[in-house]
Amino acid sequence: MNSSIVVEDLYFAYNKGEEVLKGISLVFDERSTAIIGQNGAGKTTFAKLLKGLLKPDSGSISIKGIDTRNTTAAGLSRHIGLIFQNPNDQIFKSNVLDEVMFGPLNIMKEEKRARDLALGALEKVGLENELEQNPYDLTLSQRKLIAIASVLAMDTEIVIFDEPTIAQDHRGKEMIKGIIRELVGMGKLVLTIMHDMDFVAETFERTIVFSQGQVALDGSTREVFTREQLLKEAGLERPHVTRLGAKLGCSHTFLTAEEFVSFAKKCDHRGR
Amino acid sequence: MKKIIVDNLKYRYPSAQELALKGISLEIEKGQFIGVIGPNGAGKSTLCQALVGLVPHFYHGAYGGSVVVDGLEVLKSEISALALKVGLVFQNPFTQVTGAKLTVYDEVAFGLENMGLDRAEMIERIDRALTLLDIYRYKDRNPFDLSGGQMQRLAIASIIAMKPQIIVLDEPTSQLDPQGSEEVFKAVDKLKSEGMTLVMVEHKIEKIAEYADKVALLSGGELVDFDRPIRVFSRPDLERYGVAAPVYTRICRDLKIKDEKTGLYPITLEGAVAAVGSLE
Repeated sequence: MNSSIVVEDLYFAYNKGEEVLKGISLVFDERSTAIIGQNGAGKTTFAKLLKGLLKPDSGSISIKGIDTRNTTAAGLSRHIGLIFQNPNDQIFKSNVLDEVMFGPLNIMKEEKRARDLALGALEKVGLENELEQNPYDLTLSQRKLIAIASVLAMDTEIVIFDEPTIAQDHRGKEMIKGIIRELVGMGKLVLTIMHDMDFVAETFERTIVFSQGQVALDGSTREVFTREQLLKEAGLERPHVTRLGAKLGCSHTFLTAEEFVSFAKKCDHRGR
Repeated sequence: MKKIIVDNLKYRYPSAQELALKGISLEIEKGQFIGVIGPNGAGKSTLCQALVGLVPHFYHGAYGGSVVVDGLEVLKSEISALALKVGLVFQNPFTQVTGAKLTVYDEVAFGLENMGLDRAEMIERIDRALTLLDIYRYKDRNPFDLSGGQMQRLAIASIIAMKPQIIVLDEPTSQLDPQGSEEVFKAVDKLKSEGMTLVMVEHKIEKIAEYADKVALLSGGELVDFDRPIRVFSRPDLERYGVAAPVYTRICRDLKIKDEKTGLYPITLEGAVAAVGSLE
């Protein structure tokens, strides 16, 4: 098992006495993983701690064997890339290509290699024709794609997406789903913070539920979406197709529309 | 009573070659909730900006046709006059929160102070808006210490407190958790029942199917359709416009199960349950 990230009894507070994370222990393996939970549950804070932007108050985080307390975010940047929730927090160059080349150049990739990596990443997100544009002349959804490309271009072994589908339309979501699957296929460790339960059900093998700074549930995505009551207590809903199956009294937990349709075709259902 | 009349609206941004809106015409009645859908680049946000007057007063550019909001023609009205009639919740809450106020409570008060309301009325409006969006408990926090979702609810609360007759919301739930999204739709539904007119750009198709009175489908700057959700989501060519139908509609279409009464594919959970019947 590839345990690139090991988190042990992690505590963190921005203000003394107001703990945001309370005793998180997790090991991340090769399974693509979604982290879900209410706004304010501590998901983004957790991502920033993994990236080394914040340091644990107690407990520890090990990234590829490196204790994040003993290094800087820059020191971890070869191993772990984080795509911020708000792309405006990430973007600062005045043209798209420079923005995406910035990361690879900073981890000492030579200029030509950095440019190739940036162009490859921009093609993946469909922005290969916007190289000279100022990111702030583009839409929010395009800026989010630039932020994704910037991290892809770093070619890190660990990639964390914080709400990658914000402002994306159907086509954009399908593209991001494809990118995540490709990264997983390449053997990278992909963690994604998400509110879109349909996307989670369709894309990730493992799902972790954060609630009030703690891990409330952790298991295969199907197992997690079977636990209706616990999800409700964590302020979450099940995917639309899961709810449809449950409402129809079916004991199976459906994760995709295709699964449902194939199951229904096998059943002799009334109401046709 | 017509609250919004858009007549052959054409608009091009100053630095652009192509029109962002290519002759949009639609009429919205008082108390209706209109969902605006379409792929990115369809002109949805531009239409929102045109309803509140930022197009053309702030962005300038080439403008043709007309938009009349509650009797005021946008082109001939000051933004300050329009702001009393129609409020806009931006797509990105970081763009909306002023940064001039140190607490959530004062942030909501900011717009009301500019309206010159008396103190008692301001307090009543702020309390109601914060409660409606379930962020009252954060009232003493700095807005920039909130999570993305909490900040988005603050942006909505700031507009609701100003009690415009029309609220335009540009993807207001994109950063919210499922419960937060549901709360926003419930809040919108409540405001609608109080007679407010609402226009919302949204990619959460299942929610639009459940709550909207009508849906405007935009593509390439044109209005492709403007009809009841069940009609728009039943279009066999919907995906061609970059929009996926609600999952319930896609499932029922694959199973060839239509709603008996309407002869159309269901668009909501309840509709799908009634049409499918049982699975065993």
